[in-house]
Amino acid sequence: MHKNKLNNSLNLKLDHVSNALKKSVKNIDSYTHVRGESLYVDDVIVRQGTFHAVVFDSPKAHGIIKSIDYSKAEALEGVERIFTCKDIPGKNEIGGIIHDEPLFAENEVHFWGMPIALIVAKTEFIARKARELIQIEIEELPVITTAKEAKVKGSFINAPRSFSLGDTEKAFSSCEYIFEGETFSNGQEHLYIEAQGAYSEPLENGNIKITSSTQGPTSVQKTIANVLGIAMHKIEVDVTRLGGGFGGKEDQATPWAVMAALATYYLNKSVKLILNRHDDLRMTGKRHPYESTYKIGLSKDLKILAYQVEFLQNSGAAADLSPAIAERTLFHATNSYYVPNVLSKVLSCKTNLPPNTAFRGFGGPQGMFVIESAIAKAASKIGVSARQIQETNLLNENDTFSYGQIAKKVEAKNTWNSAKDIFDIDALEDEIEYFNKNNATFKKGLALMPITFGISFTNTSMNHARALVHIYLDGSIGISTAAVEMGQGVNTKIMQIAAQVFSVSLDKIKIETTNTTRVANTSPSAASSTADLNGKSTLMACNSLLERLKKVASENLNVLEENIKLKDEFVYINDEKSNLSWTELISKAMFNRVALTENAHYATPEIHFDKTKEKGHPFAYHVYGTAIFTTTVDCIRGTYEFDSVKIVHDYGKSMSEGIDLGQVEGALVQGIGWMTMEEIAYNSNGKLLSNALSTYKVPDVFSVPKSIEVIPVETDGNDMAILKSKAVGEPPLMYGIGAYFAIQNAIKAFNPNYKVKFHAPMTPEKVLMSLYSE
Amino acid sequence: MPMIQFILNNKTIKTSQNSGMTLLDFVRYEQSLTGTKIGCREGDCGACTVLVGTLKNNEHIEYQSITSCISPLGNAHGKHIVTVEGTNLQDKLTTAQEAMKANYATQCGFCTPGFVVSLTGFALSNSEKNHNNALNAISGNICRCTGYKAIEKAAYQVVEKLQDQKTDNSFNWLIKNEFIPDYFKSIPKRLKDLDVKNIQQPKGKYVSGGTDLYVQQADNLVDNSVHLIAEKDYLKEITFNNNICTIGSNSTVSDLWNNTELNAKLPNLRKYLKLVSSEQIRNMASFGGNLVNASPIADMAIFFLALNSKITITNVEEEKERIISLKNFYQGYKTYDLKEGELIKNITFKLPTDQTFFNFEKVCKRTHLDIASVNSAIQISLANNIISTAHISIGGVSAIPKYLHKTSSFLAGKTLTSKTIIEANDILQEEISPISDVRGTSDYKRLLGRQLFFAHFIELFPKQFTLKDFVQHA
Repeated sequence: MHKNKLNNSLNLKLDHVSNALKKSVKNIDSYTHVRGESLYVDDVIVRQGTFHAVVFDSPKAHGIIKSIDYSKAEALEGVERIFTCKDIPGKNEIGGIIHDEPLFAENEVHFWGMPIALIVAKTEFIARKARELIQIEIEELPVITTAKEAKVKGSFINAPRSFSLGDTEKAFSSCEYIFEGETFSNGQEHLYIEAQGAYSEPLENGNIKITSSTQGPTSVQKTIANVLGIAMHKIEVDVTRLGGGFGGKEDQATPWAVMAALATYYLNKSVKLILNRHDDLRMTGKRHPYESTYKIGLSKDLKILAYQVEFLQNSGAAADLSPAIAERTLFHATNSYYVPNVLSKVLSCKTNLPPNTAFRGFGGPQGMFVIESAIAKAASKIGVSARQIQETNLLNENDTFSYGQIAKKVEAKNTWNSAKDIFDIDALEDEIEYFNKNNATFKKGLALMPITFGISFTNTSMNHARALVHIYLDGSIGISTAAVEMGQGVNTKIMQIAAQVFSVSLDKIKIETTNTTRVANTSPSAASSTADLNGKSTLMACNSLLERLKKVASENLNVLEENIKLKDEFVYINDEKSNLSWTELISKAMFNRVALTENAHYATPEIHFDKTKEKGHPFAYHVYGTAIFTTTVDCIRGTYEFDSVKIVHDYGKSMSEGIDLGQVEGALVQGIGWMTMEEIAYNSNGKLLSNALSTYKVPDVFSVPKSIEVIPVETDGNDMAILKSKAVGEPPLMYGIGAYFAIQNAIKAFNPNYKVKFHAPMTPEKVLMSLYSE
Repeated sequence: MPMIQFILNNKTIKTSQNSGMTLLDFVRYEQSLTGTKIGCREGDCGACTVLVGTLKNNEHIEYQSITSCISPLGNAHGKHIVTVEGTNLQDKLTTAQEAMKANYATQCGFCTPGFVVSLTGFALSNSEKNHNNALNAISGNICRCTGYKAIEKAAYQVVEKLQDQKTDNSFNWLIKNEFIPDYFKSIPKRLKDLDVKNIQQPKGKYVSGGTDLYVQQADNLVDNSVHLIAEKDYLKEITFNNNICTIGSNSTVSDLWNNTELNAKLPNLRKYLKLVSSEQIRNMASFGGNLVNASPIADMAIFFLALNSKITITNVEEEKERIISLKNFYQGYKTYDLKEGELIKNITFKLPTDQTFFNFEKVCKRTHLDIASVNSAIQISLANNIISTAHISIGGVSAIPKYLHKTSSFLAGKTLTSKTIIEANDILQEEISPISDVRGTSDYKRLLGRQLFFAHFIELFPKQFTLKDFVQHA
């Protein structure tokens, strides 16, 4: 066990950003976004002679490759070359956590859509035509598509993990109520609107530059080096921005970049590989489907005394990030509740689906869905409302999580009670009861959904970042960090930090592309931690520069450093404006040979986790909140609408209110999509049926809640968060779980015979079948 | 090689590219206008939305939004095509762009140009400037980041800014209020001056709007000759004659939406048509194309089957025409009575009268811009609560868009009671044969078929029937 000590020399004077800035700042990319001038991978101006590539993938989910005939494809005019596993100079290996995944299939294929070869041609159109000419013969092997089936057959990714607190067996014996059940939550397609892609360019001496749409530039760099068998410094990865990521480009942006680099390595030409939507849907992994069984025990006064759960994670054909995702499922298995006796177990089941991967929430949502289901089941059996059980068991200060961390600065009850008060839950319930009594064709349902989500990579060693800050001699500033901008507004937040420290206007600051030659060895932009980690390192670098500049000012103006402040691009002495401007100060610093560049490294202090004991303090802090859902179900057609979602959310002290609200609303709607209309379907042969946007539906403008209200809970914030502004990317997604239960409650109001089921998503089909179930 | 000529933003284009290439590929890769994004290439995300301006009566221009990914380049001939770059002002944002920025309506930014173009199209359109229409304008734009509430605010801000728009000199007003750049003023004259003779179309696949064909076989169409028919005048008109309506098969769904007389006769027309794809697609998709695509859940087929329509089939080269009943058109899965060289010219049907009632129902996973699990339409005529005639169609439960012969004839002559309707459902259930697929299990489709059948009567005769009259639990 080790603890990182907080760097005491770090002077975190800035508690929070100025009010004006946090309320007014817009996403700094929005100007070019709305004009169509923002650049994504496919918009890069390509070099002359650039080749285009298309991936040839397996047309079967499991089997032995008997033969492949590339001759017709190779003969097609315009086809330059076809690359296969035989062309890999280094290792045919791309697995991040476990080395179990090849770049190209060798003798066996393990999922439908598994890459087998890369066709490189003059145009993408020609490459696609060539793909149709490849003939492959596969001897089919049995296909596993569900986790349950994998468990029966003993097909696993790794050893199971288990967390335990107290003594569940003993506790169950003293429970008044015990219920058992099964749940299923389906996968979810990321549907970043910008599909996966990369552009590779040859530099001199066999060096390669990759422009990639990735959340993890270092992972791309490392994997290319490994596959090509060359040193990492020969690979430069550059990321301007992503057209959406949501976890789907944390690990799974890598193969396409590696393939493009492989082609460049051999051809010494630029190569562009952008997946078309069908290829992307078929070849990439999604949120993990989970099949779970639970046993919940309650006392007479509705205290949850014991909770036992087994999660079967459908990991797909290779590990990818599944082990880490499985771990987070355990971390969030009890959501916002204190349960004194917990035994949770997760099995990562190996199946013949594309390797499932990170998706906003990272296993947390799957864990929370099960306990919410267990509570709903218990409530319906006991004959109380789920809200009573939820409320009785909310987390208190100093409660212990099943993984040993002691809950501190807990806002579970605060957000719950605030939500009830602010939104007048009793009136809302009366209204719904009245409506349901007086309405035969439409029924309303209500559900509350509390969330508690831990912030940090659960792999402690990943919680670090660096910032490289240059002040140029004209006073303009350039900042490089490990943060990848994908819409979450992290660049805006980083800019705010620098603007605040130096008290300069935003247009003095430029956030550079994310590039492995400027900031190396980075963790991916993930785990909601990007702004915290990169923001803190930026803050450290800016503070160091500020100290240096104050010293320069002090020497020049002959006043004590402690009396000097920078404000609105001028030096202030004892709060009075001097004649020394920011630009002049920088000139003087240059003249005095003071370094105007700083590189800072931040590693989250205090966190640790011991996997051998499955105990520790993995999270810097938790984010809390409570959502109230109301829905109306059309009992003729089985369709539904959400009347409102009312949320009290724990932002800490939000540093960018508009951006953070956008994260809450966006995550919420994505969570609702997962719980309602988004339905991944594979057939029993492992072929993806929801293989296009015509068959996989995500929320549109008409299907989102009619009203979404988000009220910030009043708190002191948390010093572990950047400027006390808490991480906001993932936690609100889990509010979406409330959608399932709200609809279910409306169904109950219509059909007294309906027996509660926990099988998400709740599609209009399931609703209609439930409304009329016997 | 015929030259395709049009104005792209502020630039006149003359190109000999294949007219079957997509407009999207042309603007992105031939013209380097990369603001138009590729999201799905099947019209389902709207990231590639552009505007098409058509010269009307040789004087003013009507703009419509379309998804350029499934639009053949040849259909741009003689038009003004506007991409997001073509809406940009020098060094400042347009009103729509500013609304998106001010309301945090852009996150990753990839879908954003599509929304901006759709909202600009809304400002340019003739539709009434209210909240509903603003949302309709972005009904084909998918955003995965924001959850739409911020975009909704932006759209409403655009509506607000349009409130005091003068309709008479709308271009000048829009330019002055920074919705569009100044060069738009010059477009009507420049379009008039374009030498846009109809291009001699090669022999090849007939393509109208392209909204089905480019989803199914874009690569083939790019390669091979396409015979574009969207601009053929003889396929276009909507006419009324003695209570008979004739609609040219090239009429788009939006043409139906915009037709005043049709809306008067079918007061809920827009409610129904709103369930048909998105505004962008409705602006392109011809109803004739929907009929010959012959999907078992074709919305327009279901719609016109219940109107007991007839279709005129023409062979242009042989100058022959024949008329058949739409319900006899479909023969089996994706097969129908249309011979080589034949086209559907138009559709005719009797307009509903005071005692004729029409309803259309559709349920899918997502209410809008989705393909039906089951859809159904009914036209029923009553005299003293006796059903004189009934025409019922249903999609998604058979190999073809199905006209329910037995159910329809069962109802004729019966008194309109819940008992009659429940009995009719038994016949309906015998007539349908749904299969399980990605749009639902067969059990679900049967149940939904029943529910939508009941829904017709609950919708049409709300005073007479409620759900309770047909099912338990309620």
